[in-house]
Amino acid sequence: MMNGIKIFITAWLILVNADIAAKVLIVGKQQKYKLISEALEVSSSSDTIIIKSGTYKEGNLIVDKSLTIIGKDFPVIDGENKYENITIKADNVIISGLKLINSGLSFIDDNAAIKLDEVNNCIITNNRFDKNFFAVYLAKSSGCEVSNNKITGVKTSEASSGNGIHLWYCKNIVIKDNYIKGHRDGIYFEFVQSSLITGNTSEDNLRYGLHFMFSDSCSYSENIFKHNGAGVAVMFTKNVEMRNNRFENNWGGASYGILLKDITDSKIENNYFYKNSSGIYIEGSNRVVVSNNEFIENGWAIRLMANSMDNYFSKNNFIGNSFDVATNSVKNYNEFNNNYWSDYSGYDLDKNGIGDVPYRPVKLFSLIVEKNRPTLILLRSMFVGILDAAEKIFPALTPETLIDNLPSMKRFL
Amino acid sequence: MIEINSLNKNYGSLNVLKNINLNLAEGKITYLVGPNGSGKTTLIKSILGLVKKYDGSILVNGELLNGGSGYRKDIGYMPQSASFPENLTVRNIFEMVKDLRNNTENMDEELISKFNLKNEMNKRLKNLSGGTVQKVSAALAFLFNPSILILDEPTAGLDPVSSGILKDKIIKENGAGKTILFTSHIMSELEDLAQNIVFILEGKICFEGPLNSLINLTGEKNLERSVASVMMGKVA
Amino acid sequence: MNSLLKILKYQMQDNIRSKWVLGCFLFFLAFTYWIISFTGEAPKVIMSLLNIILIVIPLISIVFGTVYIYNNKNFITFMLTQPVNRSSIYGGLYFGLVLPLILSFIAGVGIPILVNITIFSESIFTLIIIFITGIFQVLIFTAFAFLIATLNEDKLKGLGLSIFIWLFFTAVYDGLILFLLQMFQDYPIEKFALGLTLINPVDLGRILVILKFDVSALMGYTGAVFENFFGKTTGFAVSILVLIIWFILPLTLGFKKFSKKDI
Repeated sequence: MMNGIKIFITAWLILVNADIAAKVLIVGKQQKYKLISEALEVSSSSDTIIIKSGTYKEGNLIVDKSLTIIGKDFPVIDGENKYENITIKADNVIISGLKLINSGLSFIDDNAAIKLDEVNNCIITNNRFDKNFFAVYLAKSSGCEVSNNKITGVKTSEASSGNGIHLWYCKNIVIKDNYIKGHRDGIYFEFVQSSLITGNTSEDNLRYGLHFMFSDSCSYSENIFKHNGAGVAVMFTKNVEMRNNRFENNWGGASYGILLKDITDSKIENNYFYKNSSGIYIEGSNRVVVSNNEFIENGWAIRLMANSMDNYFSKNNFIGNSFDVATNSVKNYNEFNNNYWSDYSGYDLDKNGIGDVPYRPVKLFSLIVEKNRPTLILLRSMFVGILDAAEKIFPALTPETLIDNLPSMKRFL
Repeated sequence: MIEINSLNKNYGSLNVLKNINLNLAEGKITYLVGPNGSGKTTLIKSILGLVKKYDGSILVNGELLNGGSGYRKDIGYMPQSASFPENLTVRNIFEMVKDLRNNTENMDEELISKFNLKNEMNKRLKNLSGGTVQKVSAALAFLFNPSILILDEPTAGLDPVSSGILKDKIIKENGAGKTILFTSHIMSELEDLAQNIVFILEGKICFEGPLNSLINLTGEKNLERSVASVMMGKVA
Repeated sequence: MNSLLKILKYQMQDNIRSKWVLGCFLFFLAFTYWIISFTGEAPKVIMSLLNIILIVIPLISIVFGTVYIYNNKNFITFMLTQPVNRSSIYGGLYFGLVLPLILSFIAGVGIPILVNITIFSESIFTLIIIFITGIFQVLIFTAFAFLIATLNEDKLKGLGLSIFIWLFFTAVYDGLILFLLQMFQDYPIEKFALGLTLINPVDLGRILVILKFDVSALMGYTGAVFENFFGKTTGFAVSILVLIIWFILPLTLGFKKFSKKDI
């Protein structure tokens, strides 16, 4: 929103103050410039190009000056399935109000509707993207903002589909309030630092809603990830903060609310996990604090692999999950403390809000299922209930230390 | 009228009925008598279609029994011990049977009034005494003016006054030309009504004929003694 | 057919006033009310209801149904002496019992839910499945009860058999499946396991509910067989179909037996 205002103020200043050196170039059928490339050619830095509605098929447009490009009524820039629509090679470029379609599928080049290549302080806002290979692609850039864009793709196969917003070796980037659907990965982060992903909705993507690797000190918050082929993957990273996101309906054997792989010293707080095959899958991760999250009706709320240590789970609500916690080992070096478990059936005689009997979130049946998947078909049968009850009374096979000693009697609000 | 031809029935190796030939003439009162386990009940059940697997043939009013249920509209049946759904009222029971028989005309409600059942109409069956249930059962048997009445131990459980009422009713209906078959394993107060006695023992008919010919045959004083002497094997 | 409906009408009148049916209704009502007010959470309520429909309802239906036939023996005999065919009597007795039971279940469970419908806003469809499954369990296990009581003159034997059938379908059978799956876990026997589960009406009912409620877990299993079955409407359609077969089969078998039987 702020950016929108900024752009219009800039544009307005440019328009009324003829004294300023900057020019306004208008492109359109009835205008002086019929083609965008003509306007790009004659423009100089700090000029504004206004593009009137229409369809422009001009191959690859290269922006190598600090221009502000504004579309009126979403003019269509068509890459004809061959070209990269716009390549930005200058700093301080603002692009807004365009509709970019059909960036060319290529197995050699990552053709994008808009590519930012080694630039600073650019803004891509309020655009529409449809049927592109890659939509927005940032490489080796910093200080840029991608916001309020609507990005839709045609899901076909992983090979012939690119990412919605793709960042590679970037720094200080803000990805905000975008809507992304039908790409390979909705948002892709690789070697990104100190960046923020917030307020986005990423759904129905082929692979990950967010694919996040080697990106230290980033955070993502207030996003919605749903119906993605594999959920969200966060890998090989330190100091990630994941807050207030919603992870919903990510179904599949390899589909996760969040997949954590080799993550250290990170925080997962106040997120909402609803009906995912696995809420959080944790592998090789250490010192991750998982607190104040809601895990509701997931297949497995948490799958904790044995190579993870010192992770801390506290004040989460576990409600109606098929399995609360599953693990692949009888050893456990993680801590569960003061969570609310809807399956807890203990009592609270001293009325301090904490159950007097510890809760064991790993059921015998979840161990059986872990080793022998077809047994899943017996889920919630009376026989399995009897097995679990027996194991509860005489724990023999479930990890002894994976236990919540202070289970909350009341759901955390 | 009921015609039974060479009726044989066995449960496994047990022959319950052995070659029964019997003709219950129209308008007659027949008394089927015999000890417990003699085959009386099986015979009645066969006529009523409760027993389905047997050899031989049964005709009721000229209609051969072959699994259909229609012939039973001509039969009124009073079982030895009746029971009805306990949460229904007496009125419900009467309505139900009327409904089932699709018959609401030509009702014979004499027994309902004579037995004073009008006052019991709103009571549920579970609150009735055994005798009252028997009265309901008797009233139902006569209700539809059937041409055949089959009464299984009808006076068992009835007080003497009610027995008398029932007896009078039987006489009256017989006067109106109805065929009546009743049974008993002991001698009952109805025996003097019998115009024809069928004595059945171990699945066979030992005697069939009027009361006085049985008495003549055995040389005994009354039916009870005659029956006893038949059972003792004095007469073959 | 006409006389079936007439018998049905009076049987319903009788059963709806029966203390047993009233007792069932009060039990369902009290249990559902209690579990809602105690937990206040839709998932937990649904899981408790699942136990009701998969364990309690089959037990009630099969025991009550068996006892019902034995207790009404004299009356059934009386009905048979009326000019009504046997199919109408059997059908009338069956539906006359089943409908009040279903009503007591729907009303007993439904009223507390309707009162607290706001907490179930996200689970309406699961609830519908719960009701459908519960209704099928009544239909199926009452049909079994009638079959058992028709086949066995001995009350004690019939009742014993009923309880055995209940125990077999609710617990023993699943134990056998688990045993098989563990024995042959190195072989691809998922299809077989799925087939075995579909044979048991209680498992089927359970699968219908978990298809809705635990779909995220079921879809987390990568086996193609499961995914194809659970992921599509096929699973639902097949389950309903098999449930219908389970209800028709014992009912017609019992009816066939009843029509030929010497009373």
